[in-house]
Amino acid sequence: MPQIFHPSMNTISRVSIFGAVFFVMAAVGVGAAIVRSPYATEVGVVRVQPVPFSHQHHVGDVGIDCRYCHRSVETEAFAGLPSTDVCMDCHSVLWADSPMLEPVRESYRTGEPLAWNRVHDLPDYAYFNHAIHVRQGVACETCHGRVDEMPLMYREETLHMQWCLECHRNPEVFLRPSEDVFAFDWEPDESTPTGEELAALHGIESKTDCSTCHR
Amino acid sequence: MSPVSRSAILGLLLGLVLLPGCVQEMANQPRIDPLEPSAFFPDGSGARPQVPGTIARGQLYADNAATTGREDGEPVQTIPIEVSAGLLAEGRKQYGIYCDHCHGSAGYGDGMVVQRGFPHPPTYYSERLLNVPDGHLFAVITDGLGRMPGYKARIEPQDRWAIVAYVRALQLSQHADASELPADLRNELTATDE
Repeated sequence: MPQIFHPSMNTISRVSIFGAVFFVMAAVGVGAAIVRSPYATEVGVVRVQPVPFSHQHHVGDVGIDCRYCHRSVETEAFAGLPSTDVCMDCHSVLWADSPMLEPVRESYRTGEPLAWNRVHDLPDYAYFNHAIHVRQGVACETCHGRVDEMPLMYREETLHMQWCLECHRNPEVFLRPSEDVFAFDWEPDESTPTGEELAALHGIESKTDCSTCHR
Repeated sequence: MSPVSRSAILGLLLGLVLLPGCVQEMANQPRIDPLEPSAFFPDGSGARPQVPGTIARGQLYADNAATTGREDGEPVQTIPIEVSAGLLAEGRKQYGIYCDHCHGSAGYGDGMVVQRGFPHPPTYYSERLLNVPDGHLFAVITDGLGRMPGYKARIEPQDRWAIVAYVRALQLSQHADASELPADLRNELTATDE
């Protein structure tokens, strides 16, 4: 019976068997990279909005407090979005003829709400509550980044469970005093209580039970 | 069936089993999140306007001086709730959120929005505003005045009084006599002057 395979097949088969291991590893690696890439996480990707609202201008330049617009952030799970008449507090006078703000004026005239596109959207099986985080000393900046330097809004963090757990395992690293929660570019000074002291003050413990967030 | 086609079918089935993992149905459940759109309602909005004539929980206010700022139709002279250090601290916070950017941190009416062209609100230190009743300040926060919008839908009556108390404290701060300070603070003040 003649040889079916040429002797060189020995090498080819060894290479392809070992190669398959690397191929599988590479496929897993590419998958993991896609899941963590801005394509999937939307980190740093600007969302197109009906009006190009600039947090940099309103927060950074003018210095309006977060809570002027996101007024339920201290009391409710949802931080709240302003209705159009909040925009019109100032824009009935300032930039009142600007074509850029026409959708705002139209919404104010007709009562039809502006349809903003959500930048931070958690999966429905994760129950996040703004009020408790803000009250216990997790700053806006810690999760949303330097909003005061964002001309257009984008997501600063992945919102992956791994990212939530970084803080839920060691909350004291991320705490600051209640009065500094809404500040940007904040640095502790020598009079600032340490994270451990703040955690003790508010009774904050590491919370990593599944049911903490998945209810 | 040849072994090759059998393993091909098995592979295909495995792929089909794993495929649903790509669609995160549970991430978007049929419940309506705050302000989420909804195809159920004709206007497409999941957030429902309050039915006319109904009162939301916690928003039934008694008709008294603490919620209206008026007594017998006249603005009350003094704040009708207890003024404490806590109320002042709350007032300072609320002032920072709602007032600061127009009226300025010190209340001279020179906030950042005014510097960007909004009409200049009056300073708190005019003879008139130093002498108006507390109920007048409450009424202005509640219903607005001139170009200032009313804040009754956004600031609870309790917090409006807190702001009134804080504005009174601001006024005192610009008209206080150094001799009224306790001795240690007075020493600190003279030390800073030198």
